Amino acid sequence: MDLTFSAEDEAFRQEVRGWISGAMPPEMRAKAAANHHFSMPEIMQWHKILYAKGWVAPHWPKEYGGAGFTATQQFIFAEELERAGAPGLSPFGLVMVGPLIQRFGTDAQKARFLPKILSGEEVWCQGYSEPNAGSDLASLTTKAEDQGDHFLVNGSKTWTTYAQYADWIFCLVRTSHEGKKQAGISFLLIDMKSEGVEVKPMLTLGGTPAFCDTFFTNVKVPKDNLLGPLHGGWNLAKALLGHERTLVGSVGIVERGLRVARRIAAAQVGPDGRPLAQDPLFRAKLARLEMRLRAHRMANYRAVAVQAKGHHPGPESSILKLVGSVLTQKADELAMELMGHDQLSWLNDAGAVPEFERWVPSQYCYDRATTIYAGSNEIQKNIIAKLILGLPKQ
Amino acid sequence: MDFDLNEEQRMLAKTVADFCKQDSTVERFRKLRDADGDGWERRVWQQMGELGWLGVPFPERVGGFGGAFVDAALILEQFGRTLVPEPYLSCLVLGGYALLLGGSEEQQRRFLAPMVEGRSAVALGWAERRSRFDPSRVETSATRRGDGWHLEGEKIFVLDGHAADEVVVSARTDQGVGLFVVPGDAVDRQLLRLLDGRRGAHLRLDLDVGDDRRLSVQDGAEVLRRVLDYGAAATVAEGVGVAQSMLSRTVDYLGEREQFGVKIGSFQALQHRAVDMFVEVELLRSINMESIVRADEEGIERERAISAAKLQLADGGLQVARQAIQLHGGIGVTDEHDIGLFFKRMHVLATVGGDEAHHVARYAKRMD
Ligand SMILES: Cc1cc2nc3c(=O)[nH]c(=O)nc-3n(C[C@H](O)[C@H](O)[C@H](O)COP(=O)(O)OP(=O)(O)OC[C@H]3O[C@@H](n4cnc5c(N)ncnc54)[C@H](O)[C@@H]3O)c2cc1C
Repeated sequence: MDLTFSAEDEAFRQEVRGWISGAMPPEMRAKAAANHHFSMPEIMQWHKILYAKGWVAPHWPKEYGGAGFTATQQFIFAEELERAGAPGLSPFGLVMVGPLIQRFGTDAQKARFLPKILSGEEVWCQGYSEPNAGSDLASLTTKAEDQGDHFLVNGSKTWTTYAQYADWIFCLVRTSHEGKKQAGISFLLIDMKSEGVEVKPMLTLGGTPAFCDTFFTNVKVPKDNLLGPLHGGWNLAKALLGHERTLVGSVGIVERGLRVARRIAAAQVGPDGRPLAQDPLFRAKLARLEMRLRAHRMANYRAVAVQAKGHHPGPESSILKLVGSVLTQKADELAMELMGHDQLSWLNDAGAVPEFERWVPSQYCYDRATTIYAGSNEIQKNIIAKLILGLPKQ
Repeated sequence: MDFDLNEEQRMLAKTVADFCKQDSTVERFRKLRDADGDGWERRVWQQMGELGWLGVPFPERVGGFGGAFVDAALILEQFGRTLVPEPYLSCLVLGGYALLLGGSEEQQRRFLAPMVEGRSAVALGWAERRSRFDPSRVETSATRRGDGWHLEGEKIFVLDGHAADEVVVSARTDQGVGLFVVPGDAVDRQLLRLLDGRRGAHLRLDLDVGDDRRLSVQDGAEVLRRVLDYGAAATVAEGVGVAQSMLSRTVDYLGEREQFGVKIGSFQALQHRAVDMFVEVELLRSINMESIVRADEEGIERERAISAAKLQLADGGLQVARQAIQLHGGIGVTDEHDIGLFFKRMHVLATVGGDEAHHVARYAKRMD
């Protein structure tokens, strides 16, 4: 056992840290320093800066334009990005559909889609959930009918994050009603500019238009846009879940939350007139969160080490999603508590609360979703109970 | 022991419940939240005055009914169920008790009586940037100027302070903390949107007021502590309604929503969660009874009961709110669905009148 990073890894960390601080434009740095919310155009601006450096896809193999980082380097890179408060990139192209196209796509599909995901020229969104198919994804009903040279798609998807900015959507659609529900599902890539696609943005609990209803009415989708085998979409979706989970379990997000909390604690005056950071009660609360985060970080390192040895993340990565999502919420809750009366504020103009605090209440509300999306925590627990603990079925 | 309401109280609770169901649904709150105005309606405030709801805890000399705080709490609990936006907690309880406990009879007739009739709303501004939840930490100053006073300083997050006709504010004089009634439109108000969709204001004070606007009480800080206890008890009372609503809406949802071919309420993991919510609501309801009954008492048991109730709200109440969102899944995280409105109100109630840390620390100091 050796729990330290190698000298090369540490050197890599320093290199990355130096580059990030130089590469973020001043306005972006200012926003990061003030803990503000980044809009989609700002996220794409950062995407393009990373692309120019060749670092936009740390986890992609070099042949597809990835950075060719080792698993450990990827982890360090992600930590450093969060540390700098850089905008979180949209995961739908880079983390989700991109790797699937690499694994299951035809050469033509790879050539058509991968370069533009990488460059940020095309933005993607994810069309899985439907009004009546959430946790029970396999019961989805959006259908794609074979019309010879194309599929005809009808139905609706919901909670599609940032569909209003997307050029493409990857969808699970029903292509057959025979056999098990899972066996009649296909994976389609759909151009959002197609006739019959309609997007209705919705406000989240955080007050931001972060997700949408997406409707499909007689949308024609070329046969070439089927990814993987016909009726074989479920396996693609399952392959993706592992990625999604590690993503959500990101240690960096909790670290950022903790940093926000600490900064508020340094600025807010406590009951005895000193900063809350010096108040024993609040210090203990901050300490507690940092201690929990430490255990979570080690769990992530363990998962990274497994990956570094060339194994795929197994169902045990489920605990990273569980813990990461809950700790994210705990960090938000603590930041709110530290804010005192300021936590009552809601996206007010400058001056109402310290700039650094402005987005905290919105983030706190939005982050109730971390335990719901990407497979709710209840579903994660069902998976762990079944696949890891081997408990009997209900 | 008898936990039952008397006949009059039962009638009152029922009348208010009917009003909420017919005239002040959650849809009404949502519309007012999304519109430009004050976030509540003068017309309805006046109607509440006519119905006598703004006078229930106050003496007859100001037009009240000489009841107890319990009666106001019963009204608030019902308001919590449908998120009635009128400034009952912010003005009637906080502003009203400040006037009642701090003002001379003359001042009560001048400032409190119009509110009892629903013709006026009086807010309370006590919090400052460096006060946290301690009302005796006052930096706003009141200095003698001619026959009156010059007030200077800032009051933050004055609930409904944006629309109030008058605001009771605390300020430090050379003899301690004094309370002053300032006309709402005479101060510089920065309109604030609040987390729960209601509104408030930061007040920048730099004005002269006559001596007749200084409340007669000597020890303003002591009055504020009492007033904030009423405020804290009021948040819990309203919180009971909010929590009950979240519980019943969630139980309904568990019985309607289907996934995997069954009602999601049939999953044992979720049944246990619903039971946890139910337990917290019952605890909240129980300690609320002690808190609202003791609110009118003098002494340490009042403070203990109210702080214990606040803990139950901030801990148990927020657990209920967070679970309610979780069990609704994605739809719970939309602004469109009502459950989120209750979640946000619960968070505000848990904070106003002192948060969990404040009340735990206070209780610890008053433990035997
Ligand atoms: C902010 C946000 C962004 C999202 N973005 C996207 C996106 O871009 N694309 C996309 O396709 N989807 C997206 N989703 C959808 C998300 O994946 C679903 O919300 C999630 O799968 C839950 O489904 P549901 O909302 O229908 O809840 P339901 O499945 O109805 O669940 C309701 C409750 O029941 C519980 N439950 C369900 N089944 C079980 C069971 N068997 N045992 C125990 N408990 C159970 C759930 O955990 C939950 O608490 C997003 C959701 C959110 C909140």
